Amino acid sequence: MRQALLALLAKEPAHGYELKQALESIFGIAYPSPNIGQIYVTLGRLEKDGYVRAVDVEQANRPNKKVYYITAAGREALETWVDEPTEGPRVRDEFFMKLVLAPLTGLADRMALVNRQRRHYLSLMRDLGELAEAAERTDPANRASLLLIEGAMLHLQADLDWLERCQEELQ
Amino acid sequence: MSDTPVVRVVNLVKIYQTGGLPVPAVRGVDLTVEAGEFVAITGPSGSGKSTLVHMIGGLDTRSSGEIWLEGRRADTLSESGWAVLRREQIGFVFQFFNLVGNMTVADNVELPALLGGASPRHARERREYLLGELGLADRADAAPAQLSGGEQQRVALARALANQPRLLLADEPTGNLDSRNTRDVLRLLGRVHRQGQTIVLVTHDARVASMADRVVSLLDGQIVDDGAIPRVRRRPAGGAGDVVELRS
Ligand SMILES: Nc1ncnc2c1ncn2[C@@H]1O[C@H](COP(=O)(O)OP(=O)(O)OP(=O)(O)O)[C@@H](O)[C@H]1O
Ligand SMILES: [Mg+2]
Repeated sequence: MRQALLALLAKEPAHGYELKQALESIFGIAYPSPNIGQIYVTLGRLEKDGYVRAVDVEQANRPNKKVYYITAAGREALETWVDEPTEGPRVRDEFFMKLVLAPLTGLADRMALVNRQRRHYLSLMRDLGELAEAAERTDPANRASLLLIEGAMLHLQADLDWLERCQEELQ
Repeated sequence: MSDTPVVRVVNLVKIYQTGGLPVPAVRGVDLTVEAGEFVAITGPSGSGKSTLVHMIGGLDTRSSGEIWLEGRRADTLSESGWAVLRREQIGFVFQFFNLVGNMTVADNVELPALLGGASPRHARERREYLLGELGLADRADAAPAQLSGGEQQRVALARALANQPRLLLADEPTGNLDSRNTRDVLRLLGRVHRQGQTIVLVTHDARVASMADRVVSLLDGQIVDDGAIPRVRRRPAGGAGDVVELRS
């Protein structure tokens, strides 16, 4: 979230609620509606790090609103973030832990663990499929949203393929 | 009548015996598919998926066990008995398409309906509908050899559905498709399933499998899992998704 907010502020100063709306419209249906509290907490941290600064803007009949803008240090941090390669996806290994350790604990049968996990992944896949359909229907112009969902589906497919490998090898 | 399962196999076994050692491909499978059900079969390469659906469609003989289709014993049928049953009740999509090479795409798709007794007009309308749904309307006059693998595969699906069969058996129907064409196939499968089509489909593609009512997992010729895909509700109804998670 830090970098997303910095990027938005690099475009133009904004207050918290505007940032929330911008995130929603850019990422569309694939993005969980960001919590305004979380946005303010992150802005507070960015301010403490010297990456953003806030000015109070007076409003008629309302409390002042804080408008945030990016600092030179913030712009530099953003550039560094954009320039460096991004970590690849890391193997989500909590399930793998369960699978490898299961026989030691005597608590679970590996076959049953794999089967349950497969059904769970497939239900997530179904959910993503429905999400993609909804995105296509309600916001077809938002390619970012559709691509995010497709990316999530491809990751899930890889998880399922790996699960199959685990089942073959560890049976 | 609708209480009779469309497919019931009991302790089905297939052992290939080609010269040397016998290869057990399917080892004691019990499977029941009710009318209107959509069952996906998954499993690693060589786990017996194709062998199983070929036996259910009468394209491969069983070594032992029983196959019942619509309440009628089928494994004891003669080859010509199977041919009639297939023509009347089963649509089959092969892993490697099997289109008739010297007929156009349109004729390939219309043929099963014509053989099944449909009027030429009805066969043509059904063909136009199916090819349209699969984005192939403009390929109707082509020969199969002029099509890409993915196009041939979609023609094979159209052909299998031409006759509105009681049972659709499909072996990796999206194996050669990119994601846009897969979406067309998924949409058509979803639509015919909602209209009551019974489907048994082999797939590695989780998007396809996730549309099924039930998933059967094969390993080394045996069923290791058979059950419904649970419903998750990650999203509050009407709310946004959570595909991306931006960390703070
Ligand atoms: N005609 C045949 N003669 C001998 N062995 C065969 C024959 N067909 C299949 N087999 C063997 O039977 C086993 C199951 O094969 P099958 O084609 O059913 O697997 P599958 O699950 O469909 O695999 P894939 O995902 O690669 O399509 C394999 O070990 C295969 O080598
Ligand atoms: Mg196969």
